[in-house]
This record gives sequence, structure tokens and C-alpha cells, in this order.
Amino acid sequence: MHSFTKNFAKGIIRSNPTFILLLGLCPTLAVSTSLDNAVGMTAAFTFVLIASNFIIALLRNMIPDRVRIPVFIVIIATLVTIVDLMLQGFVPALSKSLGMYIPLIVVNCIILGRAEAFASKNGISDSIADALGIGAGFGLAILLISFIRELLGTGELALFGHHLFSIPGFSDNPVAIFMLPMGAFFVIGTLLALFRWMGVSKGE
Amino acid sequence: MSNLIAIFFGMALVNNMVLAKFLGLCPFFGVSKKLSSAVSMGIAVLLVMLVASAVTWPLYHYLLIPYGAAFMRTVIFILVIASLVQIIEMTIKRTNLTLYNALGIYLPLITTNCAVLGITFINIDQAYSFIESLVAALGAGAGFTLVLIIMSGIRERLELADSPKAFRGTPIAFITAMLLGLSFLAFKGMI
Repeated sequence: MHSFTKNFAKGIIRSNPTFILLLGLCPTLAVSTSLDNAVGMTAAFTFVLIASNFIIALLRNMIPDRVRIPVFIVIIATLVTIVDLMLQGFVPALSKSLGMYIPLIVVNCIILGRAEAFASKNGISDSIADALGIGAGFGLAILLISFIRELLGTGELALFGHHLFSIPGFSDNPVAIFMLPMGAFFVIGTLLALFRWMGVSKGE
Repeated sequence: MSNLIAIFFGMALVNNMVLAKFLGLCPFFGVSKKLSSAVSMGIAVLLVMLVASAVTWPLYHYLLIPYGAAFMRTVIFILVIASLVQIIEMTIKRTNLTLYNALGIYLPLITTNCAVLGITFINIDQAYSFIESLVAALGAGAGFTLVLIIMSGIRERLELADSPKAFRGTPIAFITAMLLGLSFLAFKGMI
């Protein structure tokens, strides 16, 4: 049980995929314009990661070493197709706003990275703990970025149609640049510097 | 013809892969520290994008659609790109060793470059014809190479600049990308 919590916890801060390892930034920055998108992307991403880590840990002794990368990619691509079809079927609006970033989970370096670095060498329960931890770390990062971008870019927060919060007098004149792609670069750059300044991550 | 020109410049400047669509960020930040490696990476991506578009378009329209298997496109496309990269790598190694030494280490990385898979999806989603997809791939690759070169030029200077301690390295690169993106916004009026 000790190794389960240890493998879970390391993904959240010490090897946070977004802020420490700087992996898989494409979906993080692209869909972080609203909290809805962030929640949807986290769910899709975490499902694929848990399932791929589980399957690869299960098959790790059967997959020949030389063809392991193509095998991993086919497993991940199949899982991504499943998620893509499920989203299209059950939540078409979310699927539309996430667009091609759902199929692009296939080439997300975090998932292939965990398959290669962790799941192909460890047991099933450790691999699932690792996937949960990395998924939580990814989710926290993308939620934090989209929280800042939605709040500053529109002046208010909403989650799946429920109005949560708005800054009085600000929502009429929001800082629209945070909704543009440039806003994402600015937010993540500033957050990275902030974490270094706080001593969470190491500088150069 | 004017349609093709619009697609080329739209892909290269207005809907730039890196600055507007966030595709290919890993090489954008990973390989933009030196000008020479940025050029090699850009050309390698351009090449793979072009070949990948030329192969996936007929595959999708003449194989997947007639057999009702369009939902398989993610699996098929990534496999095609992975094998293409392997074939291109072997061909370059056999035919041009100088080019191989320049591009060699970047080619395997391109398999997991989302810009390559992204452009094949864009071609399908925008319902481009075969010629249009090739032009779109050319434009996307050219735009990617352009920003990679600009970025590496700026970063070579940034190494010597006296930026705040916490911002040194990657954070300042993100801020630079933001300013670069802002200046690319000006191209929006072009189309």
C-alpha cells in the first residue's frame, strides 16, 4: 500500500507533467480557454492514461522489446478512438469544442512516456497509481490555467452552464487577450516563474 | 489558384501551427536553442508533413470512407506516420549521409510531433482536395519552420540577456512566444 500512495503522490507535485516535466503542453494550452474544456480534457486524458498503463502493465512480459513502441502507440490510439466516439455520442457540445485535440491525445508525450518509463517495468497496481497521480497533476495544472484564463479573459466563471462567480464591473471590459492563444503562453510562463520563485521547482 | 495561395498563407501565418493552434510545442521549445538545429528540425517537419498528407489523404478518401471505417482514422494515421518517418529515415541514411547527420536525431522525434498528425486531421476536417491538402501541409511546415527560426534567433540573444532569475530559461521562452504570437496577430487582416 505504501508504494501505491508514493506512486500516486509523485505525479502531483514532484514530477508534475505540465509544470515540472513540461510535457504534453499542446492540449494543456490549447483547450484551457474555459473550465468546461479543462474538465473534459482531464477526464478524457486520465481515462486514456489509466487504461493504457493498465493494459501495458498487464502485457509487459508478452510484448517483444523491439516492437514495444509501435505496440504502445496502437494501444493508446485504440483507447483514444474509444474516448473520441464516446464524447461524440454522449456530450457532443464538449466534443465539438475540444475538436481535434481529443484525437491528438495519441501523440501526447506524457502517455507514451508513462508507458515506456513506468508501466512497461512495474506491476498493475503501481501502474494504476502512477496513472492516477499523473492524471491528477495534469488535471490540476490545466484547471489552474483555465481558471486564470477564463476569470481574466471573460471576467466571470461558469461550469457546465452554471454561473459560479463574476468580478463586479470587470465582466463588461475583460482582458480579452487571455482568451487568445497568446494569453495561454503568458499564463504558463508566469506560473512557471512563480513556482521557481516559491522554490517548488528548480531554476536553471 | 488564388484559393491555394490563401490556404498557404493562412496556414503559414494566420493559423500558425505553433502560435495559433499550439501544435508542435515540444520541438518549438526543445529545439529552439540553436539556430542550426532549428533549421534542421523545421525542414524535417516540413518534409514529413508533406509526405504524411500525400499518403493519408488518398488512404482516407479511397480506403476508409468506402469501407465505412472513418472512425479508425486516428489509429491508421498514427501508424502511417510512424512507418513513414522510419522509411524516410532509412532512405535519407542510404542516399545522403550529410543530410542524415543533420536531421538524423530529429526524425524519430517527429513521430510524436502533434503538428504532423494535426495537419492530416485538419486536411480531413476542412474537406480539402488532394492538391489543397498538399498546399496546406507546405504552408503549415513553412510556418512552423519560420517561427522556429525566429524563436531560436531570439533565444540565442536571450541567453546573454539579464532576465529576472525566476524567469530564466523556459518561462522567458513562453513570454517570448506570447510576444511573437501578438506580432503574428497582425497577419489576420491578410486573408
